[in-house]
Amino acid sequence: MGTYDLLRHFADSWHLLFMTLFFVGVVVWALRPGSNRVHREAANSIFRNDDRPAPDGAGAPATKEA
Amino acid sequence: MWDYLKLVALGLIAVLAAIAANYARDEAYLVNALTIMLAAAIVFVVTLRGMGSVKVAAPDNEYFDGVVRAGVIATAFWGVVGFLVGVVVASQLAWPSLNFDWAQPYLNFGRLRPLHTSAVIFAFGGNALIATAFYVVQRTTAARLWGGNLGWFVFWGWQLIIVLAAASYVFGGSQGKEYAEMPWHVDIVITVVWVAFLLAFLGTLWKRKEPHIYVANWFYLSFIVTVAMLHVVNNAAIPVSIFGSASVQAYAGVQDAMIQWWYGHNAVGFFLTAGFLGMMYYFVPKQAERPVFSYKLSIIHFWALIFLYIWAGPHHLHYTALPEWASTLGMIFSIMLWMPSWGGMINGLMTLSGAWDKLRTDPIIRMMVISIGFYGMSTFEGPMMSIKAVNSLSHYTDWTIGHVHSGALGWNGMITFGALYFLVPRLWNRERLYSLSLVSWHFWLATIGIVLYASSMWVTGIMEGLMWREVDANGFLVNAFADTVSAKYPMYVVRMLGGLLFLLGAIIMCYNLWMTVRAQPSKAPVNANNFVPAE
Repeated sequence: MGTYDLLRHFADSWHLLFMTLFFVGVVVWALRPGSNRVHREAANSIFRNDDRPAPDGAGAPATKEA
Repeated sequence: MWDYLKLVALGLIAVLAAIAANYARDEAYLVNALTIMLAAAIVFVVTLRGMGSVKVAAPDNEYFDGVVRAGVIATAFWGVVGFLVGVVVASQLAWPSLNFDWAQPYLNFGRLRPLHTSAVIFAFGGNALIATAFYVVQRTTAARLWGGNLGWFVFWGWQLIIVLAAASYVFGGSQGKEYAEMPWHVDIVITVVWVAFLLAFLGTLWKRKEPHIYVANWFYLSFIVTVAMLHVVNNAAIPVSIFGSASVQAYAGVQDAMIQWWYGHNAVGFFLTAGFLGMMYYFVPKQAERPVFSYKLSIIHFWALIFLYIWAGPHHLHYTALPEWASTLGMIFSIMLWMPSWGGMINGLMTLSGAWDKLRTDPIIRMMVISIGFYGMSTFEGPMMSIKAVNSLSHYTDWTIGHVHSGALGWNGMITFGALYFLVPRLWNRERLYSLSLVSWHFWLATIGIVLYASSMWVTGIMEGLMWREVDANGFLVNAFADTVSAKYPMYVVRMLGGLLFLLGAIIMCYNLWMTVRAQPSKAPVNANNFVPAE
């Protein structure tokens, strides 16, 4: 079997399966229970640090606004 | 020490470029070599003059906004240039006598057309993407751009590439690949600058102070990485001479065609879609002052787009030497793209839920919303046109051009204008825009321009498609090609008018942005004191 056939078979079998499972995994991970808080926090992260970088040592929670 | 090394390198580049210019085999290469020599000489002088001064380390408690300001100016400038050349080539199609005899062969349609596409995609779009990527990545990671002056290298390198590419087309250097016309020596410069762009972006993500990488950065990063891959693979070529711009592609025949459209379609998918979605996911929530509708949907949108887009390229090669299975695969993946595209559109639009009243009062939001609307429309039209039965009518006709422009003017153009209106008051520290009614003027001129453009191209595209396939009772073709050309004349005039309105809107925007900076006092400077308030 030539290189082309080998790669072609790998691409439309195992690698296809891998990519499908990876994608399904991403969807499940995004929708996992308990992720709401993390996502709300991430979605709101654009509303801080507008004028200057966060000071050293200050993680996001320290500068978090209500 | 570093400065001495820089001087040596710049001097070498200038000398080598001068040698290359001396041996140049063709005009395009000669002009490019002289441009590089001049650019190296200017940077040499600038470096030399700055040698005595004391170097101040970049303050880590300020954002690197100088390069974003320069990028905003470059975006507006190249936008107007690109739209202007677009109006010129549209006029040349309507009135061929505008291919003036005295300007041959430099300013004929064949050379100005890639100048127009490259100017709007890579100069206007590219500068918008680089500037907003630098702005967004700093704000969302709460860290200064990584790499010191690397940002300036990316900015000026990109301007040099634009000038090199434009001069090359006008003087006849092109490798004949659509949206990848730049000759091999410009491709090398692009690769260097692009790697620097990737490093600056990744470095900033690496030293981020926010734990989570905001979704806009995911889109920007995928755009940078994928474009690097597409560029390197599609431009693999062997130069005929190192002193000439001609080169031979590494691939031949249908493989070359497939790689070209794998590049071409993913340039649309990752340059004009993923990168601009990064803009959408930052600027729309910011302008609406509401977080994105669903963060979960944005994650799924991202991964679905990445997984599907890369396979859609073969739909550019229906009914060619490409194997049937590849063409079917391209069609099916294009149709599947409906879902992530519309998911993203819904996510962008629904960000306004509960704040729809802003549409009435805020023309910038209106601009962003119509851009998302055009995104939805052109991502509906595209998959439809990729269906083989539809494609047999639409392919090679002006319908394709109309589709591209509803996406490029409507989606990319409008979201960029929205981002510019958002950025200028903030970057120059002004209270507000100079005039909101001028923004409204821009909005309506641009929108009417796009509607005229797209509808005239639908009419002329479907008309010529039908004329090409019309046969009489004996099976002979009814129309000669020239018949379709003369039948299209009125629509070409309407298309030119649409482009003219769009250009006019952009000029109004430039005036408005200029006056925003010039006619208003600045607010108390952000960095007046760098002490961080104890909150």
